[in-house]
Formats: sequence, structure tokens, C-alpha cells
Amino acid sequence: MVPLSWYLMLAAALFSIGLFGVLVRRNAVAILLGVELMLNAVNINLVAFWRYGDVTSMAGQVFTVIVFVVAAAEVAVGLALVISVYRRRNTVVADELDMMKW
Amino acid sequence: MTGEQIIFLITAGYTLGSGLMVVTTRNLVHAALWLVATLFGVAVTYALLNANFIAVVQIVVYIGAIAILFIFAVMLTRKDLRDNTPQMNKNWWVGALLAVLTFAGFAFLLQGWSGFSKTAAAIPSEFDAVGALGEALVSPNAYVLPFEVASVLLLAALVGAVYLAFNKK
Amino acid sequence: MNFWNDPLKVAADWLEGIFAGWGMDAVLAHVLVAFLGVFLLIIILMVLDIFLVWVERKVVARFQDRLGPNRVGPFGLIQPFADIIKLMIKEDTTPGGADKVVYNLAPILSMASVLILWAVVPLAPVMLGVDLNVGVLFLIAAGAIGTLSIIMAGWSSNNKFATIGGFRQVAVMVSFEIPMLAMLMIPVIFSGSMNMNTIIESQNVWYFLISPLGALIFLIAAIAELGRAPFDLAEGESELVAGFNIEYSGMKFGMFFAGELLHAFTFGGFWAILFFGGYRFFGLEQVSPFLAVLILVIKAMVGYWVIMWVRYTVMRIRIDQMLAFNWKFLTPLAFVLVLVTALADALLASAPTWLYVSGMFLANVLTGWAALEIARSATHKEREQLEGAKQPAEVSH
Repeated sequence: MVPLSWYLMLAAALFSIGLFGVLVRRNAVAILLGVELMLNAVNINLVAFWRYGDVTSMAGQVFTVIVFVVAAAEVAVGLALVISVYRRRNTVVADELDMMKW
Repeated sequence: MTGEQIIFLITAGYTLGSGLMVVTTRNLVHAALWLVATLFGVAVTYALLNANFIAVVQIVVYIGAIAILFIFAVMLTRKDLRDNTPQMNKNWWVGALLAVLTFAGFAFLLQGWSGFSKTAAAIPSEFDAVGALGEALVSPNAYVLPFEVASVLLLAALVGAVYLAFNKK
Repeated sequence: MNFWNDPLKVAADWLEGIFAGWGMDAVLAHVLVAFLGVFLLIIILMVLDIFLVWVERKVVARFQDRLGPNRVGPFGLIQPFADIIKLMIKEDTTPGGADKVVYNLAPILSMASVLILWAVVPLAPVMLGVDLNVGVLFLIAAGAIGTLSIIMAGWSSNNKFATIGGFRQVAVMVSFEIPMLAMLMIPVIFSGSMNMNTIIESQNVWYFLISPLGALIFLIAAIAELGRAPFDLAEGESELVAGFNIEYSGMKFGMFFAGELLHAFTFGGFWAILFFGGYRFFGLEQVSPFLAVLILVIKAMVGYWVIMWVRYTVMRIRIDQMLAFNWKFLTPLAFVLVLVTALADALLASAPTWLYVSGMFLANVLTGWAALEIARSATHKEREQLEGAKQPAEVSH
């Protein structure tokens, strides 16, 4: 039997990898990829707590479903923003979107 | 070591390995494809946790919709995604340090928690997880309100995305 | 329990006994037997696939008033083997500038996305791969992997026609997934389960009789998902040469081709399972699992024949027409039908069977008729607007 700690460490590692991607990548789309990894790490935790806690209480799975919805909304709006920015500025590199900076 | 532990280790190694490829690959389409591989590994993890419905929905929603959206976006904005420009910040090592510190912090906090290495009880044989999830999502004394709010959020995101990406002539 | 009643269990026990006799660990023997079972199923499916090539060519020939293959072997039955030898000895080309790994992975994924579907197909009451409690959703999940294989093929070929074909196919598959998912909910509403086997067991009346409109919408969405005519614009020979598989040659092309044929047959099978009672046929399935498999294969063949029938009699439509058809007609209709079905099911819950069936049938026919009337008036108005704009120009002649 796999103890809970293994799943939690897997989720923590995946979250850190996603964080690295978000902090380090220059491309806006690649930053969104990192955010997806972080959301998935959270989901692993939610499902693991459902399985290792009280199985008949569905809170873990319900909130996993809600995270799916939020991830879909985030990706749809995020990518629409990226495409819209690309049309105006002809770049999706996050460093070069510096009109508000002085 | 039992069979289940071996399967978990293989899945976890695969998931983390492809996750690392997502954040380090230079070619962005490859990064998106590696993301698909990672999400698939996460789906296998859900299956190992006996959450069949969540595992299948993971594949339908993430691989079927989100990953394909990513690949589309990467292709539509392809001009300046050439592989010869640096794909990472100048101070990438700060990011790496922060990520490692985050992981170390999580590990430190978790190993001090009393329920850290508890094992799962067996699922009662007549328990219908899919039915229970369905009822929990629409039952007034369970989670109908978060569910409805989430669906409104999805609708708003849909309208917003169409408005943003719409090419005004 | 003998071989006639539960062949898989008997064979598995026999094999595990042999492996145990060799001094093998019980768990390892179990895994090995399961692996052998999967391998056997894949081999049977591939042989069936070869036979399907012959069926497809014969049927299209009859539709087009030709004879079809009839030179190699009796009734041309050896023709597919000749085709395979030809595909094998062709040069295996990779275009310059192609993304090699992705390019070679795409046909494998395409084939795998079809083969994986058979994991949840209940061939007989006791013969099925996994008794998954979300078997219906598994259908869509495998479709997602198929979509991925097509975008990979289209992008990695480094060819503009391939990329356009891939984009089109993905747009079609992603949008037609929605009515298909909604229609999968109809057998789920009736049977109260997402398990394929339970859906079949609870079909004392074929769901086709209770929800003919649902079966029809599912078939349309399935044909779109397959990318067959009239929805084959990803291949569109006259515009895109061959679409996403333009750069593939030899056996790699063969895998896309074989995958498509097997996919069509598989969807015929799912149509039979979800709406035509699967392996059930007036209690004949109780006699032996072998008979049940035979019934399912015959029903799947009928479904496959209907898909071929549509393919060879309806012409290809344009991509914008197709997406408009989906988003403005099929998707709203599918959602309304799910609502109507759920409402009628709740209203007629305590009615006797004959009243239930006729009431559901009537509700379906009414929904379909109303949808067609609304669509007719809408298109009429649209046409009037278009022609009204044109009239002044005609007058000035």
C-alpha cells in the first residue's frame, strides 16, 4: 500500500516544477503551461486527501471538478489574451510587454 | 516493495520527468506535447487513487481541450518562437532556487504533520463513487452553489475569450 | 463452469495453472495472462481490420455499380494482403524539416487511440476487458488522444496542406465532441449507470426505440469524429490533396488508414451497444458467450454498413457549413433533447412499458420536428435576406 506521503511529495515536486516554469520562462504561453502544472499538483493533493480521508464524503472530488472548470476558464481567457496581444504587439515574450513600465 | 508501489514510482518518475521537460524544452510545441504527457501521468495517478471518473475527465478536459488549445496558440503565434532565442530569463537561477526552496519548505512542513504517512482504508465494495459525486454536485445541502458559480465562471470566460480573440474588422 | 459458458475465465485459469506449475509467482502469472489476453485481442482486431479493407472495397463498389476486387483469391478475399505487401515494400519517407519523433509517433497514437477503445467493449456478459464504471466517458477520452495524433501528424509533416488538414480535423473533432457527449448521456439517463455492461443489461427495450433522435445525433457526431464523408474535409482530396497524412508513405500511411477503418467499425459497435442492445438478441446471448460475440459483431457490421452507406451517398460539405451546422443546429438540439429526455423520463417513471416507450418516442419525434421547423424558418429568412439584397442588382440589368 502506498502511504499518503508519497502522493503529497509527488504533488509538491510537480508544484515546484510548475513554479520554476512560471518564474523562468520568457514566453507567455510557456508561463501558462507552468500554471497548468501547478493546478494539476493541487488536484493530485485534493484527490489524495479524498482517498485517504473519508471516502464517502465527496468534497475532494467535487473541488477537483471545480479546479478543472477554473483551469479551462483560465486557459481560454489567457490564450485569448496572448493572441490578442500578439496581434497588437507582434510578440508574446513577457519581458517585451513593457508599455506600462517606465 | 509491493506491485502498487512499483507502479506508483514508475508513474511518478514519468510525470515528474515530463514535467521537467515542459519547463526546460526550447521548442514550444514540444513543451506543449510534454505537457500532454505530464497530464496523462497525472491521470494515471488519479486512477491509482481509485478516482476513475476524475481520471477520465482529466483526459477529456485537459488532453482533449486544454492541450489542443495550447498547441493552437503556439502555432498561431509562431513567428517569434524560434528556438535560437533564449527561452529563459537571465536570472533563471533565482527561479530555480525559489522552486527548490518551495519544495524543501513543503517537505519540511509536511513531515512534521501527524497524518503524513497514514495509509488508506479499503473502499466499501457497494460504494458508488460516480453516483455519489453526481449527487454531491447537485444536492442543495452539498455543493450545488459552488458548482453553479463555476458554471457561471465558465460562461463568463467563454464570452470573454471570444470577445478578446475576435478579430475586429 | 465449463469452457462453453465462460471461455475466458477457463482459459485464464488453465494458463495461470501452467505458469504456476513452472514455479512462477501468482501475481506475475496473473499479469502475464492479462498481457497475453490484450495481445490476443489486438491480433484478432488487426486480422479483422484486414478483412474490413475487403468489406469496405466491396461495399463501395456495389454502391458505385462496380464489382470491386475480384481477381486475387475467391471474391478477391486475398486482395487486402496484396495491399499490405505493397505498403510494406514501399519506401518509408520522412520529409525534410519534419519533426522526426513527433512525425513517427503520430501514426502509432492514431492506431492506439482506436485499439484502446476495445478495452471497455463488452463482447459478451462475461467477456470484457475492464468493467469500468465510467466506460461511456472512456469513449470521449480515447477520441481526445485521436485528435492529438492528428494535430501531431499535421504539424510535424512540415507541409502547409498537412497543417491545414490537421487544423480542420481538430476544429471538427473538438466541436462535434459536444453533441456526442450530450448524446452519451441519454443511455446513461435511461440505465442510471455509465458502465457499458449495465447499459446493455438494462436495455429490455432497445434505446433506439426510446430515443431515435438521440441515436441519429450520435451517428452524425460519430461520423464527424471519424472524419469520413460527408465530414472528411481534413482529407479533402480536391482541396488539400490528402490533408494531415499527405507526407506519410508505406506502412505509416497504412496505420492511419487501418486505424480509420477499425475506428469506423468500432463506432458501429458502440452505436449497437448504446442504442441497439449490444450482445442481447431475444435471450440468445444466454446460450453461450460465443453466440453473444457473434451477435455483437453482426450488429457492429450493420452499424459500419450504415456509416459506409452515408459515406458513399452524401457529398462533402464546406468547413464553415459544417461548423455552423454543429454550433447552430446540432449542439442546441442535443442539449434540448437531453432536457426533454430527462423530463419525460421523470414524468413517465411509473408508467407501464408500452406507455413509457410510446411516450418517449413521441417526445423525440416532436423535438426533432420542432427543431426542423425552426431551422427551416431560419434558413428561409436568411435566404430571403440574401435574395432581397440581390434584387436591386438584377433590376438594373
